Amino acid sequence: MARAKTNKAARPDVGAFGTAAAPALPRDKLLHAWRQMLLIRRFEEKAGQLYGMGLIGGFCHLYIGQEAVVVGVQLALSDGDEVITSYRDHGHMLATGMDPRGVMAELTGRATGYSRGKGGSMHMFSLEKKFFGGHGIVGAQVSIGTGLAFSNLYRANDRVCVTYLGEGASNQGQVFESFNLAALLKLPCIYVIENNRYGMGTSVDRASASRDLSQNGAPWRIPGVQVDGMDVAAVHAAAQTAVAYCRAGNGPYLMEMKTYRYRGHSMSDPAKYRTREEVQSMREHHDPIDHARAALLAAGVAEDELKRMEAETRAIVQDAADAAQSAPEPDPAELWTDVLAESAPP
Amino acid sequence: MIKVTAAEAARMAIEEAMAADPTVIALGEEVADPEGGGIRKVTKGLSTRFGADRVKSTPISEQAIMGAAVGAAIAGMRPVAEIMLMNFMTLALDQLVNHAAKIRYMSGGATSVPLTVRTMTGAGRSLGGQHSDMVEAWLAHTPGLKVVVPSTPADYKGLLYSCIFDDDPCVFVENSIHLSARGDVPVGLHAIPLGKAHIVRPGADVTIISYGRPMDDVKKVAESLGEEGISVEVIDLRTISPLDEAAILNSVAKTKRAVIVHEAVRSFGVGAEIAARIHEHLFGELAAPVQRLGMPYTPVPFSSALEKTILWSPEKITAAIRKTLG
Ligand SMILES: Cc1ncc(C[n+]2csc(CCOP(=O)(O)OP(=O)(O)O)c2C)c(N)n1
Ligand SMILES: [Mg+2]
Repeated sequence: MARAKTNKAARPDVGAFGTAAAPALPRDKLLHAWRQMLLIRRFEEKAGQLYGMGLIGGFCHLYIGQEAVVVGVQLALSDGDEVITSYRDHGHMLATGMDPRGVMAELTGRATGYSRGKGGSMHMFSLEKKFFGGHGIVGAQVSIGTGLAFSNLYRANDRVCVTYLGEGASNQGQVFESFNLAALLKLPCIYVIENNRYGMGTSVDRASASRDLSQNGAPWRIPGVQVDGMDVAAVHAAAQTAVAYCRAGNGPYLMEMKTYRYRGHSMSDPAKYRTREEVQSMREHHDPIDHARAALLAAGVAEDELKRMEAETRAIVQDAADAAQSAPEPDPAELWTDVLAESAPP
Repeated sequence: MIKVTAAEAARMAIEEAMAADPTVIALGEEVADPEGGGIRKVTKGLSTRFGADRVKSTPISEQAIMGAAVGAAIAGMRPVAEIMLMNFMTLALDQLVNHAAKIRYMSGGATSVPLTVRTMTGAGRSLGGQHSDMVEAWLAHTPGLKVVVPSTPADYKGLLYSCIFDDDPCVFVENSIHLSARGDVPVGLHAIPLGKAHIVRPGADVTIISYGRPMDDVKKVAESLGEEGISVEVIDLRTISPLDEAAILNSVAKTKRAVIVHEAVRSFGVGAEIAARIHEHLFGELAAPVQRLGMPYTPVPFSSALEKTILWSPEKITAAIRKTLG
């Protein structure tokens, strides 16, 4: 891989919705991607239902609409690459291969959840799947992800760390501090800004003076690309370039994914900051799962086959929900474990 | 009097302050009307009434919010900055602790920092480890800051109004559950002095000192013990720092017994400071050791089953009182 080009050189031709003409995914990869996106969609719908039934408490930030981002990026990663993100994390966990049962159990605060009921929707980890959370302080995962990348460089282990953040988070000071540090030390860190246009009720235009977030690393010569985050093939292609660049020791890479969340910021959201028509038009014309399904049919996959997989996916999610609801709540003694490596009631 | 929520009461304070003084401005995430007027609507309507120049929604940049507010304050404005949740104060502590709190002193009194920081927090809603903490003790540990924790809608209005017109940096801690509680609130000018505790209920047998949301249960317990013939004096601190030591000592000198109740973690908390002061001044006169109730030494768990066990309760408060009575 050639050394860092100018950030301009790394930018593909970006169309109206940040769409670079995406090379198509091979059929088996596209099928895998579609199934993963579908799993996330169905899982999130179920989580929304359980929330409505009072089985999930606290905050619950659904990923519906953004599935292509995490699935496309994950497809470009290898075993051992790390992932870290914000509180909008269910999709990321499922994409890394974490068990839907463990995630749903955590959402419902059960002892069998990934954090034994102590973390909740926003805070889960899996060392096995190299998923490092699940963080509720907007922007904080960016400096922590930079540190994950630092450990890779130090260990010379060829791994890259993917650090996801929202476009709202991109305005935190520590994001820019991290960019500089990562560029200075040439850390293998891929920063993925999931620009879903809103941070809570604040639209990106009212929060960022930067009009092209992919260029937010420009002062440090971090290559940046805008990608159609509603197209899993485009995401995958861009991610492959980013991964190759980082793995070759060139330093950090920045991707701005143009995406959209269909649901509210969290479960309670008055949604006065956007129109129904805007949401509806995104769903109708840009849905990543519909598009992938159409592409699969066009590529000759039998509709029955897809239907069978759809049923399978529903069953996986239903099983996770059933298992969560019949799992026990944490034992009161759990309060005292995990505070420190060795902890006991005072 | 009108019956409104604590959120509306806080809004009344800001609105009246803005109407009274053009140097009062508001800034923070989502505080202007296009973003909804604050996640709990405390600043709703203000940008419409006073103009977008005076009420600014900001990016998610706590350090810049706090720093900009400090800068505006030393230039003679009275900024009301919102840090959406108290846990996010961590991102802005440099500007608050190293700057706002110390500029008056380090300038030999030449520079005031008439800044108000509104923030919100509170356990009990399954918000987990990064969205529930009460960290007022950290702030009270910093000389140069005033730390205010209201407990009723009327106090939300009166204390916030006083914070805004105070010449020192004040942190005003709203409670996310209390914000929707209703109560009688005075119409028109209502200012409650900072640094003065409120004797909510006089009593002779034992003093309870508390503040913020646990006050609701403290008052109920005092009432029901009163029916049993136990006379409980209830003190609502209102201001944590500067602490109204005189009010506490006067009361405990009379009752000889004290119980302190707060939501924050018990270890190294505000209760420890109060207990120490009581012991320093009244050691020989106490009839029982001072009791402290607070959260155990653990982050706030997500599971509501676990979370319930770490909060105060009428039963725990009653037991602590009985313990002092022997
Ligand atoms: C430091 C900090 N400030 C504020 C918040 C409150 N908050 C939670 S999510 C959010 C919006 C974040 O928007 P964005 O980064 O675009 O992510 P999205 O929710 O769109 O995925 C805000 C302001 C927070 N959790 N942490
Ligand atoms: Mg966003």
